[in-house]
This record gives sequence, structure tokens and C-alpha cells, in this order.
Amino acid sequence: MRTNLSHRKERIDRGIKVRSDDIFVLASMRDLLYVILPKAIVILAMLILPLLKDVVGMYWLNVLVTTLVVILLALSWDLLASAGLVSLGQAFFFGVGSYIAGYLSFKFGWSPLFTIPTATLVGSIICALFLYPVLRLRGIYFGLITFALPLLLARLIEATKVLGGTEGMSALPPIPGMTGKLYLLMFVVLLTLFGFRRLISSNYGLVFQGIRDNDRAVIAAGYNIQWYKTQAVFIAALPATFAGAFVAHHFQFVGVPAFAMDYSILPLTAVVVGGAGTFIGGALGAVILMPLSEILREFGSLRVVIYSLLLLLFSIGLPEGLFKYVKRKYSQIERLTTMEEVKHD
Amino acid sequence: MVTNFLIYGLVNSAILMLSAIGFSLTFGLSGVANFAHGAMYLTAGFIAWMLINYLGLSPLVAMLLTVVLMGILGALIYRIILMPVRGIVLSEVISTFALGVALIEFFRWKGFTSFDFSLPPFVKGSIEIFGVTIDYQRLIIIGIALIIALFLWYFTHYTNTGLALRGMAQDEYTALSIGIESDWAAMLSLGLGAALASVAAVAILPLGIISINLGYEIFLIALAVSVLGGLESTLGLFVGSLILGYAMVIASTYLGPQWGQVVYLGAIVIVLAIKPSGLFGKYKELEERV
Repeated sequence: MRTNLSHRKERIDRGIKVRSDDIFVLASMRDLLYVILPKAIVILAMLILPLLKDVVGMYWLNVLVTTLVVILLALSWDLLASAGLVSLGQAFFFGVGSYIAGYLSFKFGWSPLFTIPTATLVGSIICALFLYPVLRLRGIYFGLITFALPLLLARLIEATKVLGGTEGMSALPPIPGMTGKLYLLMFVVLLTLFGFRRLISSNYGLVFQGIRDNDRAVIAAGYNIQWYKTQAVFIAALPATFAGAFVAHHFQFVGVPAFAMDYSILPLTAVVVGGAGTFIGGALGAVILMPLSEILREFGSLRVVIYSLLLLLFSIGLPEGLFKYVKRKYSQIERLTTMEEVKHD
Repeated sequence: MVTNFLIYGLVNSAILMLSAIGFSLTFGLSGVANFAHGAMYLTAGFIAWMLINYLGLSPLVAMLLTVVLMGILGALIYRIILMPVRGIVLSEVISTFALGVALIEFFRWKGFTSFDFSLPPFVKGSIEIFGVTIDYQRLIIIGIALIIALFLWYFTHYTNTGLALRGMAQDEYTALSIGIESDWAAMLSLGLGAALASVAAVAILPLGIISINLGYEIFLIALAVSVLGGLESTLGLFVGSLILGYAMVIASTYLGPQWGQVVYLGAIVIVLAIKPSGLFGKYKELEERV
């Protein structure tokens, strides 16, 4: 038997993290900044960006709107995933919200002030009712059905020519003012982001996480998981249907593209790149990916190839996502330690 | 009219079955929902086209070579892309989907979109059966579909390799404990799936031109057929494709061509909602719902 020394990496929390976690006394300005700065930067950036209309131009403000919409869809995806429901069809929620808002204002001439809240609430109830029969499905089977659902609805609208058919409904009333519009969207994004984070760490959210981790144990504990899953779908549908209704009035048009696969794939990509289960991960992913995809636009259809290869790379190379990686670097240090290895001859 | 409908419904069913068989095999045996199935189909078509037109191989040799190459490619895809994320359902779906989109859009970018891209049929000409004119290629498709279904049934029921793969699908831990290697089985099932997708491609594509959007469509069709029939059940595949094949022909004849798509998408949603194991699936019932 002989021993030889070798090195391995060890991760330990930074001193500043330990201090600011456990001691609830303001030790120094540095500790305070360490805790607050990451959140403050995000919120400040969101508040300032809409004011820069003259600097960045209208085009990039529109990109910002799309980015925020994708963030909303990604947050909705993340809440569903926290309850064990892996959705491959966020376009379903988006399209339902879009079509309800579009129909109300196209048929009855409602103003966006009323259509958007109605579409958000009624749309989420409709989504929950629609998905109720399939909530018993687990894992990939739920994913497959949500993947097919928006495609089916789009083909049905085309074939039956209801709700405007292939032409869709156009000339909807717009939401006035770009800055106000962006602030509304930002407010909803921040509300959803911090609301969902709080929700999932509450006792109520713990039941969702329990369903994700071991649904039979939750049943055994006496919970009606079918009912909890329905609630999860309803809550998760709220931001997504809002995004749909908002975009309907933003583009002043509702049509079959509302159910397009883009709205399923973009939020999914954002979550994969940013990291699932953290909510902020999806937002981070969208903030990185959406402008990137605009920059890649000059490559024509090669854009989609680069985009999907990037997605492939992230899902294999960094499965935990960018956010968890950055967070680990922020709160922990890595160092080499020696360890004794015992070998038996 | 009735014989016409019967025969073309049968041809359509055979086409559906051939398109679905690779996907169903991979999903049934290794649990990987290969979202790149349509892309494999498309890639096989273009590889065969390139072998014929750039290297000047005779069509039959080129097609056989395509099937072999695609089989190797499928196994490589498992080794390189799927092995690191094995068992994480979401990552498996996303990586195969991303790969599929990358392949399909790569061909679109390369400009493989004109009418020049079509494969030659095995035998030219047509024959009249019961007053219905039908070309040899469609008859050959029916034949190939039957042969492959029989071969698969034999392979999964009477050969050691096939039984090992089925064992893996039924109970992974028990299979591991009697010495069946999980990665080997999954690699084989992906390779087989890709090879079968390319058999479908070289048999079906001569009927028309190779259009890029087939890559997305074939995947949905494969999903519909395998979900309806039940996974890892050869009989289910057979019955599922017959039902969907005739339903699609009826819908697009009497209701209009855009209803064909509604039929198979509707089938996915309805079957998954009512009986997710499909008509003939058995041993996944406990896993798929609570």
C-alpha cells in the first residue's frame, strides 16, 4: 500500500457571501452592495432603457419589446417546469391570449385598456380548462401534446376559416406611446419575475416542486395533485396570455402566426441558455439571445443554423445554464487542495 | 372510385408506416423522442441525391450506401450529442430538435430548394389493377413497408439483439443486471432508427421532389402514427398507419387538402389525451401518467 499526493479542486463560499447571508447587521457598504447590486443593475437597466429612444433608435426598441415578450413566455415556462410540466408549446398560451384580445377588439371594438386584462384572465382560464384533461400525463408525453396543440389550432383556424382564417384580423387599435408601452411591459416582467420567485419558495410553491420531484409522494401526502397542476397551469398562463394580448395590439394584427413554433422555441432556448428553475435564468437567456438573433439577421437563413447550433452547444456543454454558472462564480471561489490517494498494490 | 380510394389509401398508409417506423423504433427501444427524425429523412434524401449526381453512382448502389451511412450517423449522434444528456428528457428533446433544425435550415441555406432535386424511382412505368392506374414505385413502397414490418417483428421477437433491446425498454435496471449495456442498446436503436428513416426516404422521395419542409412534416407524421398505434408495438404501427392513412385520404378528398394536416395533428392530441399508450402499447402505462 502506498499513498501519493494529488490535487483536486475545492469550492468554498466567499467570505463576503457568508457574512451577508448570515449576519443581519450592516457590516459595511461593500457587503450591502454585494447583496443588492446584481438586482439593482437589472432593475435600473430596465428603467433606463426605454428612455434611450433617441440613442438606440426605434428598431432596437422593437427588439426590446420582443425580448420582453420572450422573457414573459420563458417565465411562464419555468413555472410550469417547476410543477413538473415540461411544455414544448408556449405558443399555445400566447396564441390564445392573442386571439381573445384580437377578437374582442375586432368584433366589438373594445379598447386595449379592456381587451388586455380580459384576454389575460379569460385566456388563462381557457388554457387551464383545455389542458385539464391531459394534466395526468407525465414527462415527455405532456411535452408532445403541448407541441402538437398550437400547430393543430393553427391548421384548424386555416381550414375552418373561423376567427379571420388565414388572413387574420388586422387594423386593431394600437397601445399609444412607445415609452409607456415599454414601461407597462417592464412592470409586468418585473412583477412576474419576483412574484414567481416568491411563489415558488412559499409553502404553496413547495407543493409544485414536490410534484416535480416525486408526484407519488405528494399524492401519498394527501394532496390532490391534479388540482394543484391546474392551478400551476392557470398561474403560468397569466404572463403568457398577457404577452399574446400585448403583441396583438403592438402589431395591430392577430393571425395564424400567433401559434407559430417560434413562440414555443424562443422561450425554450432562452431557458436552456440561461438555466431552468431559477426564473432569472430565462430572462438572462432572452436578453442575450434576442439581440444576438437580430445581429445574425444579415446572415439570412444561416441565422437559424447558427442559432440552433448554439442551442445544441449550450444544452450539451452547459446543461445547468449560464445563470447558475455565473452565480456560482459570484458566490464561491475555487482553489486547489491536496488530497491523499491510497493505492492498493 | 371505390377501388381507387382503397388502393391510394393503402399506398398512403404504407408511406405513413415507412416514415414512422424509424421514429417509433427509437422511441420505443431507448425512450429518446428523436425530434431530428424528419431531418434524418431529409438528409438521407440529399445524401442519396449527391451520391447519384456528384459521384455518378448507380441509383441502387447510392441508396444502399445512403442507408449504411445514415445508420452510422445515427449511432454517432447518440455518442456525441445524446450520451452527455442521457436521461434528462428536456435536454434530449432540445438537443435533437436543435440538431434537426440546424440540418434542415442548413440545406435551405445551401439552396437545395429547386425542382432539380428528386430521386429516380427503382422501376419506371405503371400498371393497371382493377381499373386503377398505379405506378410500380407505389407498389414497391407497399412491398418495402411490409418486408420491414415483418423483419422488425422477427428481429425484436426472435433474435438475441432484438430481445436485449426490448429488455432494455421494459426494465432498464433488470436488463443492466443481466449484462445488457444501456449505451450500446441506445446507440444501436438510434442507428437503426436513422437507417430506417433513410430507407423510407429513398423509397418515398422518388414520388415527388425533395422539399425542405418535409423535414418538419415527416416528424409530425411519424409522431402521430407511433402515438396512435402505441410505441414499440409493430402491430400498433401497422394498424395506426392504416387508420391514419385512410383518414387522411378521406379528409383531403371530401373536406379539402388542408384537412389532411388537421387529421394527424388532431390524432396526436386526442390519443395522448385519452389513451397515451396508444391502441396497442402495453408496458409504458405506469410511466406515462399518474
